[in-house]
Amino acid sequence: MQRLSSYRDFDWVLLAFVMVLSVISVLEIKSATLHTKFHGFDQKQIEFLAAGLVLMFLISMIDYHRLLDIVPWAYGISILSLLVVKVAGQKVLGARRWINLGGGVHFQPSEWVKLVLIIAVARYFWNLSGKELTWVDIGKAFALVGIPMVLVLTQPDLGTALTYFPVMVCGLFLGGIRLRQVGIILLALALVGGLAWKSGKRLKPYQQARINAFIDPDSDPKGSGYQIRQSLIAVGSGGIWGKGANKGTQTQGDFLPIPYTDFIFAAFCEEHGFVGALGVLLLYFLILMRLIQNAQTASDLPGAYIVMGIVAVIIFQIAVNVGMVVGLMPVTGIPLPLMSYGGSSIFFTFLAFGIVMNIRMRRFVN
Amino acid sequence: MELAPQYEEQVGANGKAEKLPANKLNAAQYLVALVLVVLSAGLWRLQVLGADNFRALAEANRVRKVPVLAPRGRLFDREGRLLVDNYPSVSCFLLREQVKDLNADLPLISQGLHIPEEQILAALRHYQSAPKYQPIPLKQDITPDEQAFIAAHTSELPELETLDEQRRLYPRDGFAAHLIGYVGEISEDDLNKPKYAFYQPGDVVGKSGVEETYDALLRGVDGSRDVIVNSHGKEIGHLGQTLAQPGQDLKLTIDLDVQMAAEKAMEGKTGAMVALDPHTGEILALVSRPTFDPNQFSVRVSKSYWNEIINNPDHPLLDKAIQAQLAPGSTFKIIMSYAGLQENAAQDMHVMCSGGASFYGHFFACDKRHGMVDIEHAIPWSCDTFYYTLANKLGIDTISKYATDLGLSQRTGVDLPDEVTGTMPSTAWKMKNFHEKWYAGEVISVGIGQGAVAVTPIQLARAIGGIASGGALRRPHLVFPDEVPAEELQAVHETFPGSGDKTVQLSTANWQLITDAMAQTTISGTAAPAHLEGIDFAGKTGTAQVVSHSAGMTSLGTGKERANAWFVGMAPRRNPDIVVAVLWEHGGWGAGSAPVAAQVINAFVEKQRKRANNLRIAETPTVTQTATAEPTPAPQKDTTN
Repeated sequence: MQRLSSYRDFDWVLLAFVMVLSVISVLEIKSATLHTKFHGFDQKQIEFLAAGLVLMFLISMIDYHRLLDIVPWAYGISILSLLVVKVAGQKVLGARRWINLGGGVHFQPSEWVKLVLIIAVARYFWNLSGKELTWVDIGKAFALVGIPMVLVLTQPDLGTALTYFPVMVCGLFLGGIRLRQVGIILLALALVGGLAWKSGKRLKPYQQARINAFIDPDSDPKGSGYQIRQSLIAVGSGGIWGKGANKGTQTQGDFLPIPYTDFIFAAFCEEHGFVGALGVLLLYFLILMRLIQNAQTASDLPGAYIVMGIVAVIIFQIAVNVGMVVGLMPVTGIPLPLMSYGGSSIFFTFLAFGIVMNIRMRRFVN
Repeated sequence: MELAPQYEEQVGANGKAEKLPANKLNAAQYLVALVLVVLSAGLWRLQVLGADNFRALAEANRVRKVPVLAPRGRLFDREGRLLVDNYPSVSCFLLREQVKDLNADLPLISQGLHIPEEQILAALRHYQSAPKYQPIPLKQDITPDEQAFIAAHTSELPELETLDEQRRLYPRDGFAAHLIGYVGEISEDDLNKPKYAFYQPGDVVGKSGVEETYDALLRGVDGSRDVIVNSHGKEIGHLGQTLAQPGQDLKLTIDLDVQMAAEKAMEGKTGAMVALDPHTGEILALVSRPTFDPNQFSVRVSKSYWNEIINNPDHPLLDKAIQAQLAPGSTFKIIMSYAGLQENAAQDMHVMCSGGASFYGHFFACDKRHGMVDIEHAIPWSCDTFYYTLANKLGIDTISKYATDLGLSQRTGVDLPDEVTGTMPSTAWKMKNFHEKWYAGEVISVGIGQGAVAVTPIQLARAIGGIASGGALRRPHLVFPDEVPAEELQAVHETFPGSGDKTVQLSTANWQLITDAMAQTTISGTAAPAHLEGIDFAGKTGTAQVVSHSAGMTSLGTGKERANAWFVGMAPRRNPDIVVAVLWEHGGWGAGSAPVAAQVINAFVEKQRKRANNLRIAETPTVTQTATAEPTPAPQKDTTN
């Protein structure tokens, strides 16, 4: 158990940035659900945030080395839970992603697996540190991340599955993959991807439609292009200063799809304009810089790996979500960390930050 | 990748590195910054460079124009009594853009709105070529229950929309139906006409009568509300509105009392009656029988009612006052007399009537042996022999010239749609239409208004009213010209060209002779049974054979073979304030129509009398004076010419 005095080393600045963003999130969720049946989600988000904070402090108390010790078990349980979801999961909107724990509580293992993977990958590359990465090492890393990824992909949940990918990339990068190896892998991926695209069997029709919509949002304005088109209109019509809180016509008029989860940034951009959006991106920048700084000051390599894994997942989610909202990326169901409504996403983020705090608090401890 | 040399010392005892190389972490920082800069650039592109464009798109997304229909102008009689009103009604429309799954929604819509599914599909097919955003009318005059159904199903059936409208409320039992007309949804054919260039499918327009003629004035200008809608098309607020400009109320020349008398007089008959003020051309009453219920058309006409109307052999939709073109029979003798007198051919003519006379080897019968007849007796007795002789004397082209001067074979230019011309034969007419020369003998039957002569009741009223007025013919009309903007009036006149206002030559002596003789008709002549005591009532009967001339003048036949009974009457005899033409189809003797006209004239005169009396009471309130308030009889003309 950690001594309370070490909370001097708790990253209060990071927490402050996180809380500012959380408040913005709650206000925007309130606005986006004002006239919908989801009215009141802002209250639930506050509850999630409170629970997230508790989880954050709880996990910061357990020495992350203990987490590294138990991660093989956690990994095993993760794979098992994903298999359970596949067999007994609750089917919602054609996808099995949740286990019903009863009492209205739904557990989405794929979010939890993300955290386990970050630690597992950190442990894996920590064990390999100081050595040259062989093709076998790289293969194992692919398997480590690939197995849960495939399981989640078949739920199907492309969005979450994709968030596992940066964990592996980050591990390989920090673990010392060589440029030549990267080149060969990219070539192989391009080849496989090309073949898959040609055969058209790897992607579900709706996923193909999303890609098409990304390439030309106006091609099917009522169908798959609808979301991205409405999102672009929301963001663009916000202008420099925005339409004002609770005054986004796209958001309030229910034109913008799911404006409290995946498209919350579009809703925010509409109501608070370019200036507001830059403010949020600046907050993300500060948070990420703060995280990387924590990686730099981590007392050991696995600590730094874990922090950088978290950074990788978060920047990836920001890039994909905001990129989608502004039309730079195809539509994938990836929530924006700290902004989107939802317990699973908040719990992951706060647990992740709790582990970062954990690592920071132990930087002077041996 | 090799570990950078500077970190080698950080490799711990277990041979593992303890620190991450700074260059990789720096690279991560730059990568994060780069990602955020790219995203910021994406935002800049949309929110700064594309803002105007996207703002316009956002507006178009959420603002919908909902039409606010202008209430149609009401119609009043000449004294401001309401003839046609509006009542509030709710219609249901289908927004095709909002339909998600028609197959799923169809049974529900059908059940809730009580419309057969087939009818909904038919409506969809009907509007197939119309733009998608245009609402399709599904049902008009929906019940409160149906409104509640739509309100309760906004989320399942976002495609249903209601619209508050003002509907036409017409008098009951087809009262004045032909002159007022009716309204209905504009037809596709109409939409292609230049007149309807600014109309849209689904618009309600006047389909006949005054409703059609003055549609542009009556309909007003529809307004609209700019409604903010959500993505389901549901109204969530509104921005502003353009107020509807209600249609103009119109005061008709109709006198409700006279119209009521006319409706009553024509009850149970087929035919038409038109009463007008020959001084001005103002139509005081206009009736056509059988009639129809315009209210049935106001809401979309039902198939059964339509079939009933269409299959009625007496053509209820036909306005016989302006669309029946029939032989005028003996009423034409007034026109003959006018021609004969103006030609100085009839004044001294004495004809021996022994029940007919022979012309060109044929015997032409008269209905009586009238003995020696001059024109002063020929008119009230309606002696055919006299007019055979006169016609023979004048020749067809002279008769035709005078008749045409009086407006026969031309439209009167009344402000009602679809007026017909009638026919007045002449040598040129026969050559043009039959490529045959005119045989002199053919003129004989024309002399008594048979043969090819065909007139409409309104033509006859105008022509004979014109003679009675000393030769001044007025364009008949239903709307006071000063009620209508000048350009609209001109447009109406251009749409309904006629012979217009004009004056024909008629000497005072001839004028007096004809009108006195017509007065005699109702005193001792053929219309004596219709004599109105105390009213200077003049007229002329007409019996027009339906089957053929050879069927014999005295054979009146039965049912559809019975002769058409005409009567043209007026009061007072000279410069009449009212002239009434009655056509009673298959009514038998023309004398039968005289009482019909007499009822209307009586109602009119009684009213004037009452008004005059009231006026005198107001001036000098003594009861005794009211008894003397009869119209002063016109000075009797010395009939010895």
